[in-house]
Amino acid sequence: MLAYIVRRFLIIIPLLVLISIIVFIVIQLPPGDYLTTYISSLRASGVELDEREIEGLIRQYGLDRSVTEQYFIWVGGIVLRGNFGWSFQWQRSVNDVLASRLPMTLAVGLASLFFVWLMAIPIAIISATRQYSLFDYVFTFIGFIGLAMPPFLLALVVLWIVYSTTGVAITGLFSREFAEAPWSFAKVLDLMRNAWVPVVIIGIAGTAGLIRVLRATLLDELRKQYVVTARAKGLAENKLLFKYPIRIAMNPVFSTIGWILPGLISGQVIVAIVLNLQTVGPALMRATLAQDMYLAGSIVLILAFLTVIGTFISDLLLAWLDPRIRYERKN
Amino acid sequence: MATVKESKIDEGTLASADEKLLAGVDESREPELEKWFTASQGQLIWWRFKKHKMALIGIAVLALLYFVSMFAEFFGPYGTTQRFAAYENAPPTRIRFRTEEGRFRSPFIYGLTRTVDRATFRQVFTDDTSVMYDVKFFTRGEQGKILWLIPSNLKFIGVDGDVPLLIFGADRLGRDLFSRTLHGSRLSLFIGFGGVFLSFVLGTLLGGLSGYFGGVVDDVIQRMIDVLLSIPTIPLWMALAAAIPRHWGVTQTYFAITLVLAVVGWAGLARIVRGKLLALREEDFVLAARIFGSRQLYIIRRHLLPNFMSYLIVHITLAIPATILGETSLSFLGLGLQPPAVSWGVLLRDAQNITAIAQRPWQLIPGAFVVIAVLMFSFLGDGLRDAADPYKS
Repeated sequence: MLAYIVRRFLIIIPLLVLISIIVFIVIQLPPGDYLTTYISSLRASGVELDEREIEGLIRQYGLDRSVTEQYFIWVGGIVLRGNFGWSFQWQRSVNDVLASRLPMTLAVGLASLFFVWLMAIPIAIISATRQYSLFDYVFTFIGFIGLAMPPFLLALVVLWIVYSTTGVAITGLFSREFAEAPWSFAKVLDLMRNAWVPVVIIGIAGTAGLIRVLRATLLDELRKQYVVTARAKGLAENKLLFKYPIRIAMNPVFSTIGWILPGLISGQVIVAIVLNLQTVGPALMRATLAQDMYLAGSIVLILAFLTVIGTFISDLLLAWLDPRIRYERKN
Repeated sequence: MATVKESKIDEGTLASADEKLLAGVDESREPELEKWFTASQGQLIWWRFKKHKMALIGIAVLALLYFVSMFAEFFGPYGTTQRFAAYENAPPTRIRFRTEEGRFRSPFIYGLTRTVDRATFRQVFTDDTSVMYDVKFFTRGEQGKILWLIPSNLKFIGVDGDVPLLIFGADRLGRDLFSRTLHGSRLSLFIGFGGVFLSFVLGTLLGGLSGYFGGVVDDVIQRMIDVLLSIPTIPLWMALAAAIPRHWGVTQTYFAITLVLAVVGWAGLARIVRGKLLALREEDFVLAARIFGSRQLYIIRRHLLPNFMSYLIVHITLAIPATILGETSLSFLGLGLQPPAVSWGVLLRDAQNITAIAQRPWQLIPGAFVVIAVLMFSFLGDGLRDAADPYKS
């Protein structure tokens, strides 16, 4: 088991290096850079800059170096000092900008993941054990809608329905009086009251996907011989169900983390923009538009990093849950 | 030489024929059985597909959507840029069948008068019941080019008179949302094909190389796929789309967006192709063909490709809606197609905040089209998957 964990962990490192290179290439793709745009906008508004000042700015931001050097300075800063670079747009360090947004992103993401599990597992079990019942049809249909509706559209529709029935605009994670307030018990309660909307909206697509997978797996298990044998031996239906088929059918709950998690994070970016949440989504949006490359790059990198870690944890859970996986790898 | 494809069918049909015989099929049904024995793979798939009602609905609705989008100039009463100055933000026009006196008559509409509510300073539209305008089918309207070729001013639906027929309402510039949605469906629906075609070429090529050669080539391509799949899609799309120069024209941006969507899409496909190739490579029939002296390319084309073609088709059917959703999301954020291009995502940008939705909920209608298109593709994909599986009875 330990050897497996170590081996699995070692795969992560080259993966992260590759991701960081790709992310850096992608954020370097737009022609021009933030500073050129910034200088021309200063000029346009009548501020005169002499050559020396411009050179100073270019040197200060390291834009006079080659792309390779810029990459190593950026990644070196992250690895050695945990410094993600400078945000041109905010005139603050990236760490500063993300300090409050990242925990919120994580919290909403994890809450969505738990929501997905909380909803999908019981629904899938009931759907599979009562196949072709009204319950099954209703949730299969809702599942289809959940998969077909992009999260941002769902957010807009929910926003509209709530607004037109109650007149309340459900945007943001906090009520107005708590938005700028320091953390307190009341603020946490307020967060709980407001956060369920984005959590549910972001989680719907994942829930629909997981229900489909779980239901199919459980249906396959229920048709197997051992279920018939157990039933013939007179085992009580509930005991039989929870002791064998459900335990096996739970595998996808962990094996799907690998694609549900990136889906949740992806969906969250756009939903956050629509619902005006203080997460990394809106920051990424503005950073990509303004070519604020270190901020944009850091956000994409961190999101990818979280996904990789999530997949790693899911692999460990799977190995712990299902011994077959470890043996397969050995051969 | 009996090809693999044919031998597969025989197994399948024999199995199902056996079952039928065991189940006690009477002599009178023999011709039917014979038909089953001699059916080609394509026919068998079609028979299974026909049983899938949802997939049939899916294919019908999609055919309708694509047909209407191709002939948007005919089905949409107005052009995408035609503005009605007095009808900015006007709600959908109500088509009526009853006059004020309560008599039924052929469909007609009223014009709208705009006033400003003194208390809320919002504009209010009221029906101007003095004149009834007839709704006409196959009327004449603005000159347009059907299928980019045939100049015609024939419209499917229109109004006799100088008031506009706004079936889905108007946007903030007084343009007809119905016509714009139909025109927009052209870009939105066909980007699915474009993006998937590119993913398909990249995916089969790289997946094929990976699975066929193995070794270092396989390792490099597999790591690339790992990386692409672990970066969350939408942030990656956003970062890539930001690289598209703003000054590019509609066509250039369109192809660039297609490329951006395909960059992520090929990875999943390549993985499937590789997995299938790895499994098939070890099959006896490949060994037999090799001993027989067939060339590698011949083996790939004649033996391997037909074997996983059905998986590819199913994957593609399910990848098209993902591409449509991708374009819609990017355009909605302002990173995808830019006005004056019209797509469902571009149209949804008008519904970006709570004020817009609260006052003009009809701006969400293009979103319903997105959901319907994606839903129908999912139905179709499910049906194809069930039909293409030769081991399913």
